[in-house]
Amino acid sequence: MLNNLNILLPEIFLTLSIFSILMIGVFLKKSFNLIFNLSLIIILITIAIILNNPSVEEKIFLESFKRDSFSNFFKILILVSSFFVLNASKKYIVDKKLNKFEYPIIVLLSILGMFFMVSSNDIILFYLGLELQSLSLYILASIDRDNLKSSESGIKYFVLSALSSGLLLYGCSLLYGFTGTTNFDLIANELNKENTGAVFAMVFILVGLAFKISAVPFHMWTPDVYEGAPTSITSYFAVVPKVTGLAVLIKFMFIPFSNILVEWQTIIIFISIASMILGAVAAISQKNIKRLLAYSSIGHVGYALAGVATGAPSGYESSIIYISIYVIMNIGAFSCLYLLKKDGEYKENISDLSGISKKHPMLAISLLIILFSLAGIPPLGGFFAKFYVFAAVIELKMYALAIIGLLTTVVSAFYYLKIIKIIYFEENVTSFDSIKNKTVHISIFISCSILITFFLYPSFLNKIVASLFVN
Amino acid sequence: MNFPILSTLIFLPLVSSFFIFLSKDNKNNNSAVYISLFSSIATFILSLFIWYSLDLTSADFQFLEEKKWINDFIKFKLGVDGISILFIVLTTLITPICILSCINSVKHRVKDFLIAILILETFMIGVFCSLDLVVFYLFFEAGLIPMFLIIGVWGGPRRVYSAFKFFLFTLLGSVLMLVAIIAIYWITGTTDVTEIYKIQIPKEYQNILWLAFFSSFAVKMPMWPVHTWLPDAHVEAPTAGSVILAAILLKMAGYGFLRFSLPMFPIASEYFTPLIYALSIIAIIYTSLVALMQEDMKKLIAYSSVAHMGYVTLGIFTFTKQGIEGSIFQMISHGLISAALFLCVGVVYDRLHSRMISTYGGLVNYLPKYSFLFIVFALAGLGLPGTSGFLGEFLVLAGTFQKNYLVSMLATIGVVLGAAYMLWLTKRVIFGNTNNDEIKNLNDINNLETLMLVVLGTLVILFGFYPSPLLDTLNVSVNNLISNYEIAIQQGKIN
Repeated sequence: MLNNLNILLPEIFLTLSIFSILMIGVFLKKSFNLIFNLSLIIILITIAIILNNPSVEEKIFLESFKRDSFSNFFKILILVSSFFVLNASKKYIVDKKLNKFEYPIIVLLSILGMFFMVSSNDIILFYLGLELQSLSLYILASIDRDNLKSSESGIKYFVLSALSSGLLLYGCSLLYGFTGTTNFDLIANELNKENTGAVFAMVFILVGLAFKISAVPFHMWTPDVYEGAPTSITSYFAVVPKVTGLAVLIKFMFIPFSNILVEWQTIIIFISIASMILGAVAAISQKNIKRLLAYSSIGHVGYALAGVATGAPSGYESSIIYISIYVIMNIGAFSCLYLLKKDGEYKENISDLSGISKKHPMLAISLLIILFSLAGIPPLGGFFAKFYVFAAVIELKMYALAIIGLLTTVVSAFYYLKIIKIIYFEENVTSFDSIKNKTVHISIFISCSILITFFLYPSFLNKIVASLFVN
Repeated sequence: MNFPILSTLIFLPLVSSFFIFLSKDNKNNNSAVYISLFSSIATFILSLFIWYSLDLTSADFQFLEEKKWINDFIKFKLGVDGISILFIVLTTLITPICILSCINSVKHRVKDFLIAILILETFMIGVFCSLDLVVFYLFFEAGLIPMFLIIGVWGGPRRVYSAFKFFLFTLLGSVLMLVAIIAIYWITGTTDVTEIYKIQIPKEYQNILWLAFFSSFAVKMPMWPVHTWLPDAHVEAPTAGSVILAAILLKMAGYGFLRFSLPMFPIASEYFTPLIYALSIIAIIYTSLVALMQEDMKKLIAYSSVAHMGYVTLGIFTFTKQGIEGSIFQMISHGLISAALFLCVGVVYDRLHSRMISTYGGLVNYLPKYSFLFIVFALAGLGLPGTSGFLGEFLVLAGTFQKNYLVSMLATIGVVLGAAYMLWLTKRVIFGNTNNDEIKNLNDINNLETLMLVVLGTLVILFGFYPSPLLDTLNVSVNNLISNYEIAIQQGKIN
């Protein structure tokens, strides 16, 4: 029995510590700082627990919970990215007066939800994890409750996301109805192409997941929520739920729906192409950086989905590498936003960046690296991300997908260049308050140095990721 | 294990740019200039050493370096042969000259400029050293970033438009090449160039792959009709940027044809020869005519570059020894001549801030030294015997005559047109009446400018009379290239 609990140790630890810091928050006044730091420590300890936990595949609770290297990898990715996102955003949170003790606790709760999502082996557990994550995210989106835009984004996110969760749940119940089981492995055995009802179920589930990772045509909420939510939340939204969503998508393709892969593929190819095109075209006319990053993230999800669309382990691997590098780039990009503070106000318009290369050379060069990397120009990390994805896509002879994808990178390069133009080529010079914010600087530094030096060891992720699909 | 001399050559400028980045930045402190000058000259000497110690009797790649890179199967592979070493030396020669030229012409953010130039040098040398398609693509594309910044930050009034056009045109061409590179990997199982040389890529793939590579090289070359970014980029780029663009970046495409298109896709290369001939002839005649009508000196030289690159593509696709050697020679000589011509324009631009031909006239009366050098390069540009420009064109035309009379006749028209626009330019700028009073107060070129131009001028005349150092270096590699090509064509006909 105790052995079994070992498997669940990260989740148990996370749950207990969330409750205990919640108690601290309730009984201690002005405890934001303490709780914030404690939650960072909790994240680090959870990482340590997962790393110490063997990653041999094991299923518990009537095979509804599965621990394997796949889920462990994603848990660590989720934790590391949350750590950096949280760590960099502290000063912003305090400045924006969002320093309520609930903030880090809700973030931790959403992480817990994601944990269950990535290690679920059962529809019900998966749905519970998804709801825990989503509910936390609704609150986070509207956490700046006195701000009209933040509340608006929270409501929008809630309404649309609830709808998609409903569709997903409907899909799950159809699946149960047609296969008679909720367990992933058993579903996989039951499903085949003659099972038309299951195809319906699959479509509904796919819609729900596509919504969570904001793939076209279920992306409508993304720009508004990104713009409305406080930057610290936006950076969390842009990174962590995307990772989870992709993990779950791959999981669904890999286990329960592996027998009806062809039906999946057609839809995912369409979603992928649509996301790449929309992400590239719609971002061109944006004036707000967060909105622009929203469209850019839609595009990036499109590229990651291109790898998933191959329906082969090599494609999944490339998607996972893609999303990992995407996480690194986005943490860097959003950390840069914390430095755009002028007269006590955080600036969000692209035009505010005008000529900052003269006054803030380091910030400018960091943005330069991150933006070129997002555009996928070698020798930066973003190039290798795209390279792996398209290598997998071309391996399966999906030339049209590869060519469309690479052409959209040219279009998307245009808007990244536009920002670089504003930073470097404009004459009128903006100067921001000089902020001594070590945590932000560290995040930017780590992100940029990984992106620059990625070409030295471009395959350091590959081996880890390849081991996830051995079974 | 040998000393990794090529990696040292590639990364020396990068490392020194890092030191410049750390160096103190103030007006009285020229340490950035000294560091960059020192490192670029050291790179030049190192490249000369590599040239000197290269075994010219062997067509194999030398100074090979291999390292596991991506996933055990894509290697970071470097090596040089007789063809690539010339381009490497050209690159390392032009870079110190660019750095010298920026002392006069770049007024703001000198440090950043030097960093950009040195990083660009790293990427350019990398392109000519790489023996793996992915490594090649990496360096080929990476060069866009510093060049984009050089045009955009230090360029002229329409710099934003030009920088974007440059970047997006080149990127658009290159992504198709990336698809082709990955496709080659899945077809042959390797991206190592020397391995691919040994394998015949199946006929049915060759044409499409060739076109994908062509789309990238044609933009970079640039060939008509995708040449339109070049005049814009040249006009707006600062002097040093124009020099690098004309002297080296354009040569990457010619080098790419020789290193990749021809040996990897011989059957497709033969199949598409008429297309190349047609585009080259249009480039030669049409852009020469366009050059005649230009009122902007830089634009005129830019169009003349397109015309000269027309000879290069023509020569490469004759598949004859004369043609290929001629086109390589033409690339090197154009690298020297166009660099010098852009420097000449830069010299007067620094003084009067105008590139318009109409601003000038009668310079010979006031700037005798400058006028002399300008005339030397203009004559070299039109291919006067005794300069390197002549030999390149002559060899290319000699090669073309063996294959196709009509094409070579048409190409010869370009020689006449070339003489026309160059001489007319000289007439209007150097001779004629001085209408502009400001010219009368101009100082003649200073020692630094003389030094840069004399170095280039000496080489242009030296290679014009004594081309053997270049041709001897090329000889074996080109012979090998042609014999491999002929074998592949024979095999292709049998199958």
